[in-house]
Amino acid sequence: MLDATEWGIVALSLRVGGVAMAVTLPIAFALAWLLARIRFPGKVVVDAAIHLPLVVPPVVTGWLLLLAFGPNGRIGAWLQDWFGVTVLFRWTGAAIAAGVMALPLMVRAMRISIEAVDRRLENAARTLGAGPWRVFWTLTLPLSIPGVLAGAVLGFARSIGEFGATITFVSNVPGETQTLPLAIYSALQQPGADALVWRLSCVSVGLSLIALIASELLTRRAGRGLNVL
Amino acid sequence: MSFEIDIEKRLGNTHIALTLEAGEGATVLFGPSGIGKSSVLNMVAGLLRPDRGRIAVNGETLFDATKAGGAGVPPERRRAGYVFQDARLFPHMRVRANLVYGAARGQDGFEDRIAFLGISHLLDRWPSTLSGGESQRVAIGRALLSRPRFLLLDEPLSSLDRARREEVLVAIEHVRDVLKLPILMVTHDPAEAERIGTRVVQM
Repeated sequence: MLDATEWGIVALSLRVGGVAMAVTLPIAFALAWLLARIRFPGKVVVDAAIHLPLVVPPVVTGWLLLLAFGPNGRIGAWLQDWFGVTVLFRWTGAAIAAGVMALPLMVRAMRISIEAVDRRLENAARTLGAGPWRVFWTLTLPLSIPGVLAGAVLGFARSIGEFGATITFVSNVPGETQTLPLAIYSALQQPGADALVWRLSCVSVGLSLIALIASELLTRRAGRGLNVL
Repeated sequence: MSFEIDIEKRLGNTHIALTLEAGEGATVLFGPSGIGKSSVLNMVAGLLRPDRGRIAVNGETLFDATKAGGAGVPPERRRAGYVFQDARLFPHMRVRANLVYGAARGQDGFEDRIAFLGISHLLDRWPSTLSGGESQRVAIGRALLSRPRFLLLDEPLSSLDRARREEVLVAIEHVRDVLKLPILMVTHDPAEAERIGTRVVQM
């Protein structure tokens, strides 16, 4: 099985994926809700911008993150001045890269599920005395939960697999930013590390599979209460 | 006056215009489908904005196009008990949770209020397991428990077979005669209009 260093790589990947997913989740849901429910000028542009990481070469996304979060970047300078921290070469930077790359997938899944919520049910709730916030918390959110969960798990799996933007943005630092795909890449550069590549690749496939199955089961388990989709 | 309605609305190619003043009991809007009867109920409930006119119920103005703002009282403050053609029960809540959705907290007399609907044995069921008649009676119960000032009924019998219709008709008559809530009901069935309507308005 895996040795301590390799378990460390897995743990780091899970941490990066988990944090990326948790931080991106509310942002993705807000954007999905905006796109599903609100008409506003420039919506097409916002929609396209959200989907950019899906089609732009990941190395470009990584480079743009580097510009923004680097010492001369606006966000980077702000973080340095106010908190004295940097995300460069840190696992937090890897989580940012993973979150940005996962965002479009999460928004897509959530948007579809929000659009699937029957507006007529929301109207019925209004006539029963529920204001817009109560309608959101008691109907819109619970009814769209299957898609929100599916989006979150998809984003988690995508985050664990993130490679191009991560290596460009925060480099390949063992123990800090070297997640599974980066470790596999490094192992491929070493002669005689085939066994390691195999082991880490199996872990990658296994994790992705578990994530996808978990998403399916969660959706079904919630299904009785959330059976409209 | 229970209902004072004087509205106009253009929806696509349909021009909806209605003027009525109705007293106590049940007022039935009668006419062929597609001429905007349901839209009238939506406008009274606040879910649809009339292009012009005024709506008042029990003497309180709910909408007046000439007043500033012009949106009228929001639907959640109109206290309409609206029973839709397609029940619209919340699928992720059991019958009990559906019933109390619009009820005030700690309200007494829950059992009494729903006893006449014959739905007490359904409280722990999910809406998807109910028959059409059961769903419609739960929808009526849910509307009544929200302590409405008036009832809006949109073809409440249309999805039911003959035997189930009788259950729901009896429930509506109870609301009209015992609870004495003003009712505005839409139907295209002359027999229903005749039986429920204190007065019938042709649209």
